[in-house]
This record gives sequence, C-alpha cells and structure tokens, in this order.
Amino acid sequence: MHKLTVAELSKGLKNKEFSSVELTEHFLNRIKASDLNAFITVTDDLALVQAQAADAKIANGNAGILTGIPYAHKDIFCTKGVKTSAGSKILDPFISPYDATVSHKLNSADMIMLGKANMDELAMGSSNEKSFYGPVKNPWNKNKVPGGSSGGSAAAVAGRLSPFATGTDTGGSIRQPASLCGITGIKPTYGRVSRYGMIAYASSLDQGGPLTQTAQDAALVMNVMAGFDEKDSTSIDRAVPDYTQNLGNSIEGLKIGLPKEFFSEGLDSGVAEVVMAAVKEFEAMGASVQEISLPNSAHAIPTYYIIAPCECSSNLSRLDGVRYGYRCENPKDLEDLYLRSRSEGFGAEVKRRIMIGTYALSAGYYDAYYLKAQKVRHLISEDFKKAFQSVDVIMGPVSPTTAFDLGAFKDSVSMYLADIYTLSLNLAGLPGMSIPAGFSNNMPVGLQLIGNYWSEEMLLNAAHQFQGETDWHSRLPEGV
Amino acid sequence: MSLSEQQVKEIAYLARLSVDDGEVEQTTAELNNILDLMADLAKIDTQGVSPMSHPLNMSQRLREDEVSEIDQSQEFQAIAPQTGKNHFLVPTVIE
Repeated sequence: MHKLTVAELSKGLKNKEFSSVELTEHFLNRIKASDLNAFITVTDDLALVQAQAADAKIANGNAGILTGIPYAHKDIFCTKGVKTSAGSKILDPFISPYDATVSHKLNSADMIMLGKANMDELAMGSSNEKSFYGPVKNPWNKNKVPGGSSGGSAAAVAGRLSPFATGTDTGGSIRQPASLCGITGIKPTYGRVSRYGMIAYASSLDQGGPLTQTAQDAALVMNVMAGFDEKDSTSIDRAVPDYTQNLGNSIEGLKIGLPKEFFSEGLDSGVAEVVMAAVKEFEAMGASVQEISLPNSAHAIPTYYIIAPCECSSNLSRLDGVRYGYRCENPKDLEDLYLRSRSEGFGAEVKRRIMIGTYALSAGYYDAYYLKAQKVRHLISEDFKKAFQSVDVIMGPVSPTTAFDLGAFKDSVSMYLADIYTLSLNLAGLPGMSIPAGFSNNMPVGLQLIGNYWSEEMLLNAAHQFQGETDWHSRLPEGV
Repeated sequence: MSLSEQQVKEIAYLARLSVDDGEVEQTTAELNNILDLMADLAKIDTQGVSPMSHPLNMSQRLREDEVSEIDQSQEFQAIAPQTGKNHFLVPTVIE
C-alpha cells in the first residue's frame, strides 16, 4: 500500500480495497520502524480518530477525493492541540491553540495527519541538520542529508512513510529536498497558499506547497491547499483552477528556456548530464529549447541572504519567552528573561541570521544592505519578466550537486552557495517545481521547472507529461 | 567592511541575544564571513532602480476596520510560561 500514489490510494479507498484505518495503521507502523528521523511528533491517536471518521464518510458515500488519505505535516504549520515546534527548542513547549489555514483545509478535506515532519530550525537550512530534534537521513543513502528545510517531509515521501507531505519554500526548501530525495515538489506563486498559521521566517518569500511522488498527486493536493484567505494579508484573491484538469494536455510547442548562468561553473557534471537528458526528453515530446540569460541570477545569493535575515530578525523578535514557547529558568529580571530565553532557545544558525538581519537593518547600514538588496531584487525579477516574453518555462538544475554527506558543510557560507539555483524565484515570487529526472552516483537528481506568475497548471501539466514518459518518479530506495 | 568583536556584542544585544566572551571571536569570524558574501552587492549598478519589497511588486490589501478576532485569551494564556489575573507575567520591572 505504501508504494501507491495519492491518486491510486484514493481509488483503492473508494473501491474498498482497504480502509482508511488500515492505511493509516500501515503508515504509522512504517514510521515507527523507520530510522530516518523524519518526524518530530507522531500523532497516532488523532490519526486513527480521523481515519475512523473518514471510513464512515466513505461508507456513507460522502467521501471527497482525498478523504482518508494520510499525510505528513511540516512542523511549521500550526496544528490545534498538537506541538508545533518548527524544529526549534524555543517552540518545543508550544502547543498551538489554533490551526493554520492549510491545516484547516487539509482537515476539511478529511485527510489524515500522521504527524509533524522534521525540519531545519525555523526553516533556516538546506540540509535538515539544523533541527533541534536531530538531522533527518536521506532514504537513498542514510549517510547523506535529505536537503532542507522541508527535509523530514521529503524523506517521509521518498521513504514511503507518507504518500504526501506539506512543505514550505523560502529559498528552495520544497524544491531542494524534493530534488535530493527523488520526489516531486512545487512551490506555488507567492500568495497562492495561505501563510496564516505558517510560522513566519521571511514573510515576503515564504510560500507553502506539497511534496508528493507525482505531479498528478501535487495537483490533487494543490486543489485543497491553494486559495484566497482573508486571514493572510498577502494572500491573493484569485480563482483557483482545478489543477488536475489540464494534466493530460500535450506539451507540443512548449517553449523551454535554459538559462546559461545555471549551467556554468559550480554545477556538478553528473547533475548537468541528467538535467540535459531530461530536457532532451521534453524535446522529444515536442517542446522547443532555447538558451536564455538571467544576468543577475548570481546576485540572488547576497540579495537573499540580506533580505531573509532582515525579515527573520524582525519576525523572530516575537519569540521572547513571554507569551508562549520556551522561557529560561529563574530569570532575574526582564532583560535576563529575554536574553537567556532567546540565547538558550535558538540554535547557532538562527542566531547568526538574526544578527546579520539586525545589523543590516540598523541605522547607517540600512541603505547599503537592505535597500540595496531590495533594488537588486527588482533587477532579478526583471530578468525573469524579460525571459518569459520568449519562453513558457525555464528549466535547469535545482541543486549544484546530489545530496551531500551529513556533516559535510562546516560553515554557513558554503551551504548558502548551494542555494544558487533556487533563491532567485522566491525573490521574484514565481512558482517552481522539482521533479525526479534521473540519478548521478546512485543519488537522485531533480529537474527544476520555473514558470511565470500563476502558471502552476502549466508546470504540473509539463511535469505530468514527463512522468508519463519516464519512470524516475516511481524508483524506490533500497528496502522500501 | 568587517565587524569588530565589540560591534558583534552590540548587535547581539540589540537582538536580545547574548554572546559569551568565549564565543565572541568565533561568532565575529562567522558573521564577517557572511558579510564578505554581501560585498558584491555594492558593485551592482542600481541607479534608477526602485526597491522591490513585495514579491509581486504590489501593495498590501486593506480591509474594513471591523472587529474580526474572537476572544481567545483563555486559550492563549493557557500555553504561556506564566500568567496571573488574565495577564502574561514577567519578572518585576518596577518595584
């Protein structure tokens, strides 16, 4: 059962081949037997209650397409009555008093939450080694990282501990772990999925989305996750299409752009080969390919690593030990309470980003850093605008290498540099995907697809057509 | 431009984080390493380019100024580290 996709599980439940309780128990048992550390909290009791309710709906003929299907929920989404830690000690005691809009929507679709997926602390990291709850292992090789920050989500889907997982992507945190774990992930257009109750890291960049085995599954859950939300002031009031409707369309005539900057030095040759072979496959399916240029794309690293820390230093000031979360023991005065609660509660990488942001926003430095970065952000966005005048979709690598060894990166900067291909579209607010495209040295390689604003349907259609011609998405790690 | 250890201590304090004397040298080196990465920004020509603070380059939606929140103070206080008489408690500020 665990090898089935969401679409297949939906059919199986409808045809009474298995019940939601059986399905849920099966996945819970797999999670318990797993050593991937993909979950921070497993919500067995709640899951079984939800599964019983789902089975009742199926029996009554009131089931929706996702009724009774289990999922792993990134621990960044607030879940009422369930610990929501965001991978941080400072939120370890936080039992959310409310549901995120995404949690509410998935509950309303009668989906079954298996538990809360592990992640880099407060979504800051590209390896899932920065979690307070320990690193997650890559199911393809347990000495390697799954990527991050949605590392637990990606490992859960790749290890078939869950058919679907939620993720969030601020600078690549859905696409990069999807790539490194050989699964499908989509980061929608900024404003497409509500950020209400999604613990904020960098508010102008954060966006939620699904990690699944296939593009078809991503379309099915995007139908539930996407949509306008009054509770999120950055949510966009725009109709949500049925993302499954056009999956079957031919991609004949699709114009693909390959940014030359994405194929220059720094890209592993094995990854480049896989990516180019996938592009060839699209060509064989009737797409045309042209070289394009995104001249400012290399500037995405300094731009992102100014803007994101600035926003996080402001956002995380709310975690102060006063109203919720961790408070230090026996504070001697209010200042001691702030200083020790935050210093003991945050991990090293989060502290570094808070300090960089605090510095970049401080008097005398604002113009040189934050304002300058906002201007370069505009240039990066203009590059894409220009590119989409001549192409429908931009393709390239997600990550310069396959999954690296646990502990391989000793300093922050070298890990930041590995985000080179994913950051720019967050800065521009564009949607992007990673789909399994092959293997290099026995580790999965993802192909990145970048679309214009609100082009999720086209991305999912292109990905689905590719998955009809290839079987990379259904390859399994050994022993799964 | 690189940060001194003294500046790092001041930045940490602004962010209400403490950096121990034992950590300050390493933290300063790490932050300077990150700031070196930002040095390239200064070289980019942004003459006449407007800053982009919203990813869709739009302004934020406003709503009518009406009460939309329900009172959940009990639920929110139930998860606080310390409360009393319907307030969040902190160590005494004024004697």
